[in-house]
Amino acid sequence: MRPFQQIDVDDRITPAVILRRLAGKLSLIPIVIFGLIALFTSYYTVNTESVAVVQRFGKHVKTTEPGLHFKMPFFIDRVTIVPVRRQLKLEFGFITLGASNDYQGGQEPSEERDMVTGDLNAAEVEWVVQYGISDPEDYLFRVREAPATLRDVSESLMCEVVGDRTVDEVLTYGRTEIETDCLKKLQDAMSVFQMGIRIEQVQLKNIHPPRPVQDSFDEVNRAQQEREERINIANGQYNKEVPKARGLAEQQISAAEGYALQRTNEAEGDVTRFRDLLLQYEKAPAITKQRLYLETMNEVLPALGNKYIIDEDAKQFLPLLNLGTPANTQR
Amino acid sequence: MKKFFSTFFAPIIALLLVLFFSCTYSINEGEQVIITEFGKPVGLPINSDPQKNEAGLHFKKPFIQTVNRIEKRVLEWDGPASDMPTRDKLYITVDNFARWRIADPQKYFESLRDERSAQSRLDDAIGGATRSVIAQHDLIEVVRSDKERKSVPSEEIQSELGQIGVLPTIKYGRHALDKEILAAAKPKAKLWGIELIDVRFKRINYKAGVIQKIYDRMESERRQIASRYISEGEGEAAKIQGRMERDLLQIKSEAYRKEQEIRGKADAKATQIYADAYNSSPLAADFYQFIKTLDTYTKTLKSDTTAIFTTNSELFHLLKDLKTPVSEPVPTP
Repeated sequence: MRPFQQIDVDDRITPAVILRRLAGKLSLIPIVIFGLIALFTSYYTVNTESVAVVQRFGKHVKTTEPGLHFKMPFFIDRVTIVPVRRQLKLEFGFITLGASNDYQGGQEPSEERDMVTGDLNAAEVEWVVQYGISDPEDYLFRVREAPATLRDVSESLMCEVVGDRTVDEVLTYGRTEIETDCLKKLQDAMSVFQMGIRIEQVQLKNIHPPRPVQDSFDEVNRAQQEREERINIANGQYNKEVPKARGLAEQQISAAEGYALQRTNEAEGDVTRFRDLLLQYEKAPAITKQRLYLETMNEVLPALGNKYIIDEDAKQFLPLLNLGTPANTQR
Repeated sequence: MKKFFSTFFAPIIALLLVLFFSCTYSINEGEQVIITEFGKPVGLPINSDPQKNEAGLHFKKPFIQTVNRIEKRVLEWDGPASDMPTRDKLYITVDNFARWRIADPQKYFESLRDERSAQSRLDDAIGGATRSVIAQHDLIEVVRSDKERKSVPSEEIQSELGQIGVLPTIKYGRHALDKEILAAAKPKAKLWGIELIDVRFKRINYKAGVIQKIYDRMESERRQIASRYISEGEGEAAKIQGRMERDLLQIKSEAYRKEQEIRGKADAKATQIYADAYNSSPLAADFYQFIKTLDTYTKTLKSDTTAIFTTNSELFHLLKDLKTPVSEPVPTP
């Protein structure tokens, strides 16, 4: 009680005087208190991300936007601040410490995580649901503890979506489909439940096979790698051999083409020469023949190793000649 | 004046306040009220009609009437997870939840009084219904829900792996089971003034005894997939190898064929050119034979050749006499 007295009174005067004066005015104290409480309970502020739901004697009378507002004092008007523009988050299968939202983490994340897939395998799934409050009246008045219900519904639907997929879809290539499917189901559920919640996103986090079988899943990955490796090696071999063979083939063909050119050119050359010679030969066949013969002999004979000229009548010498010895002397 | 206020006016105000509080009460949104007189309900419940909003300030008889507040909002039942066998004798842990609301506050108030007893009655009703529905169905019926859905096959694993990657078919599915449970529990709840809105499975998992078998099966499936990958790799590699061999042989043989074609054509052409020239007249043929013979001499007679001539050869006959005879040299290689 004392602090109120001191606020209200001029304190240039000593405490003793104050006490004496106040003693006479004791009856005013309840009125002062009453007034102060009335003052302090007749305004409220709403921050930018929220709206305020105002209830008069329990009845919802208005919803106000951010800013400073006045209300009926005491319990007459009661104000609930609802953060409609804040993005809220629920985590399943794991917990981030220091969350501002009480419902963000589950009570038993390890239980939430374990799921049965549609081919009766098991998988550990962690995910996040992002939501916002779309209708503060529904959120407060239609359902009690809407976020708790949202948690259960999310878990139920994720379990359902995973239950309709094979373990491979869940672990690898079906992730986006699971997210969109679950998001859609959750949004449908929200429109049926009318909890004043809108679902913004469903996001899968870590998805593992159960620990005891992790090894065998790794083995599949290794086998996959090995398959790729084998194919790559074979392709490498192919790429090493085939282009080279193509080059060699072209070389072979080019060489043949060269041969063809050479052959025809030579033939043409030979023939031209022959025709020219023939022209001269036709003019004087006998002497040309003689001349050509002698010229050739002239050319050939000096190069020969051993030459023997034997008299027509001395053919019996022939067997005496040692025909095997190579030519070492020139005669 | 002061005296008058403190001794007379203040108590009156206090009395008025007490009177005011005891004959008024407020009803919140999402709340319904039953008024009792000495524990006995009086009149109809207030604000129980969902269509009519009666929230706000209300009056009652002071002191003798008590206000009993009852939830009007949709409430949640989340019972304990419990273990139960399916029709195919697998023990699973089932956790489901339900949404309910107090539809008949009068009946609710008379039979249950408070929410705690309502929740525990629901435990029994829904728990029992769940147990009996699960026992009538195979595990897969609880796990799967969409009858139509076929698994999207991965581009890697194909149907040759038998049942791996294939979703078993179902007759009813999870939604049907949810509905069966709801249908079984709903009439019981109605007796307590409770409307069960829906029941849904939240979690389903294998029990510890079953899980090892599941793991074993998963492992054997994975092993099959792994060996399939390896075999696929070997197969692909062999295919590539084969293609390589074929391509190499094709390239080489084609090159050979072309080479022979080109060479053959060239030879033919050369032959034709020669023949045309040398066959142009008998004289030309004779001359060709002659110079070709001389050419052959030039090319074949070298320093390692021993030649024996006789004096009656064309070249050397002059050595013997100045007259004719003709004979070619006899080369011996």
